[in-house]
Amino acid sequence: MQITLNNKIEVFPNETLTIKEILELKKFTYPKLIVKLNDVIIEKEDFESTFLKEGDNLIILHLLAGG
Amino acid sequence: MKNVHELKAKVKKLTEWSYVWHPIERGYNNRTLYVNVGTLEIKEKPVSQQMKEKFVGGKGFGLRLLWDATTPTTKWNDPENEIIISPGPIGGITQYSGAGKSLVVSLSPQTDSVMDSNVGGFFGPFMKFAGFDALEIQGKSDKDIIIYIDAINHKVEIFEDPGFSTDSHILGEELTEYFANDPKEAKNIGIVSSGAAADHSLIGMLNFTFWDVKRKKIRLKQAGRGGIGTVFRDKKIKAIVAKIDGVKPNLNNVADMEKITVPGRDYAKEMAEYDDIQNQMRKKGTANIVNVMSDYDLLPTHNFKFGSHKDAYKIHSDILRDKYFTQGINDGCWIGCAMQCAKGVDDFIPKTGPYKGQKVIVDGPEYETAAGLGSNLGIFDYDAIIEQNFYCDTYGICTITWGTIVAFLMDCYENGIINKEITGGLELNFGNIPAALELLHQCARGEGFGKIAGMGVRKIKQYLIENYNADPNFLNDIAMENKGLEYSQYVSKESLAQQGGYAMTNKGPQHDEAWLIFMDMVNNQIPTFENKADALHWFPMFRTWFGLQGLCKIVWNDIIPPDNKFEKEPHKIPKHVKNYLSVWEGVTGIPMTEEELIRQSERVYNFQRIFNIRRGYGLRKHDAQPYRAAGPVTVEEYESRAERYDGQLKELIGVDPVGKSTEEKIKILRKYREEQYEKLLDAVYERRGWNKNGVPTIEHLKKIGMDLPELIEVVAPLQ
Repeated sequence: MQITLNNKIEVFPNETLTIKEILELKKFTYPKLIVKLNDVIIEKEDFESTFLKEGDNLIILHLLAGG
Repeated sequence: MKNVHELKAKVKKLTEWSYVWHPIERGYNNRTLYVNVGTLEIKEKPVSQQMKEKFVGGKGFGLRLLWDATTPTTKWNDPENEIIISPGPIGGITQYSGAGKSLVVSLSPQTDSVMDSNVGGFFGPFMKFAGFDALEIQGKSDKDIIIYIDAINHKVEIFEDPGFSTDSHILGEELTEYFANDPKEAKNIGIVSSGAAADHSLIGMLNFTFWDVKRKKIRLKQAGRGGIGTVFRDKKIKAIVAKIDGVKPNLNNVADMEKITVPGRDYAKEMAEYDDIQNQMRKKGTANIVNVMSDYDLLPTHNFKFGSHKDAYKIHSDILRDKYFTQGINDGCWIGCAMQCAKGVDDFIPKTGPYKGQKVIVDGPEYETAAGLGSNLGIFDYDAIIEQNFYCDTYGICTITWGTIVAFLMDCYENGIINKEITGGLELNFGNIPAALELLHQCARGEGFGKIAGMGVRKIKQYLIENYNADPNFLNDIAMENKGLEYSQYVSKESLAQQGGYAMTNKGPQHDEAWLIFMDMVNNQIPTFENKADALHWFPMFRTWFGLQGLCKIVWNDIIPPDNKFEKEPHKIPKHVKNYLSVWEGVTGIPMTEEELIRQSERVYNFQRIFNIRRGYGLRKHDAQPYRAAGPVTVEEYESRAERYDGQLKELIGVDPVGKSTEEKIKILRKYREEQYEKLLDAVYERRGWNKNGVPTIEHLKKIGMDLPELIEVVAPLQ
């Protein structure tokens, strides 16, 4: 499956993946995230039940700007 | 701890100065306090309207006073050098979180230029409540002294030190007992001190105390960067003490309290409701990101060679929460702060050094300390990290600086640049805990190789080149310093914007100006040079503003309101930015916009840049970075992430890596990354209104209202 993740093309061997699985594959462990799938905000409780398909545009914004 | 009653009998007062106290007016006392520890002159100075308009407070006041007190050739240990402590107009309020910060400014023994360091604790607000917007210390004493600001009797006194202890965790207790007539008064005393290592190194820091009411103990916060503790001890100041008669709700006499309390309560509610599911600042402090940084390949290990390690799980932040940090206790370093991130380890027992076997309280480890004294040294053991943390604090040296120094020395040791003969027998391999601790104790005693370590990375580098024929090119690549200051603890290799966020800083590579790694490397939000330049304008300016006001920057973005996701620019946490506009207006009565907020910072930021130029620094060449901050220096580094780097050769540079040696690939990648950095400098300088050499243009200074004659005189020949 090929998707656009944070404005970059990403190819995954799987035919479909949930947002939760994408986060695990990418090791995106930071808790303060904004997730948008095709410009629609996805709430955390829906990460496990939201499936991605070929060509989707996924944005995962990490909010730590601090340090 | 020494017998305080016996010390009291020996005290010799050297001078005393009385003043008329006036209430603060809308965040300002409109005067500063000048103390010359050499001549014993003490006086007040008025704060002009222009000073408030152009320099605001905090770091701005510090820079203005330091500029006026010194010449371009003043050295850090000249009597003319000053230490200025200033909280800023918002500093000291208790109705919005994180308002107890002070900014400390001085000429640095490490960088030979202007240093600023921000710190929590009680002293800054107490000094302000005593009647002064800044404390300006000049001169050099010939004997150890204590400066006492007595806000109850409205006096400033200088005492000869009757023999108080040197190390901060004991000195703080002794001075609290000395100045508190009653145990209940302990909460009304704020102390600044350093420690034994500041006497023997160039990396000394300042501890600012706060009284922990629940624990009934002294806690310590640090103004760590750039060696200001060394300046403090060079002036033979043992401590500065401020005592007030208590914190009351509106000592700042603000213009409109509701403009502060409404966002203040809202913010506190956010902390109460969301901290547990976000960063857990109240349970883990800033160290919550140790494991996060490792997951994103950003946690420095082995002198910034790598961003993660197989043993990083051993220093996961859950371990701090579950095993070390005392929970369920108010850990705010200033009154009214809902963040409460100043975590502490109670009853820790050091295994080495002068306090071996004694139960002590350790403040931290914060993230920078855990990374600097842990992973960056190849140490994945919290007992060892906390012991180093304790000794760095009480000895009065910066944990960030010390971590980067020891990491550099370990790298040198493993590369054969130094050996046991040079180190006096210390086997400084990565991960050698006893050697790391012994080096620290030697630094505090001013002995052996510890004394060399205390010079800081830049001077050690020169020492090794001059005395041991070390390869200067390799050392320059792996020595993680810029402008003479050691890097703080993030791997910036894969974020060009953060490379600028580090090496383009005014004081040297500290992350307090900009932390852009997620925006750049992970989110890919700022892909173009123009985007990066915008970020390297807005974020450093916004973050500079906290240091003008007496505010903590962590409070801004370490909790996120739930509706932030609907904002157009969610990474700026716009709701909290609006809170600050309201708090400013609430304190001063002057309306504030985001544009004017940025402009306030721009004025001070450009002043600091020109201050550096005035001293012979502050140009493009001084914004150069060590290559390890930008890419893989060694074959080991390249091959550890070969897939990533090979991919970049193909996709970004158009070079097929097949058939090329690792050395060849490193060279090609390096040329590309160094060119990228130069392009970044061009873009950022233009965005900031500077010329190609990094010099603010006169046109820009006029635009921001900083075309002061003394600044034009410095920049005119460089236009």
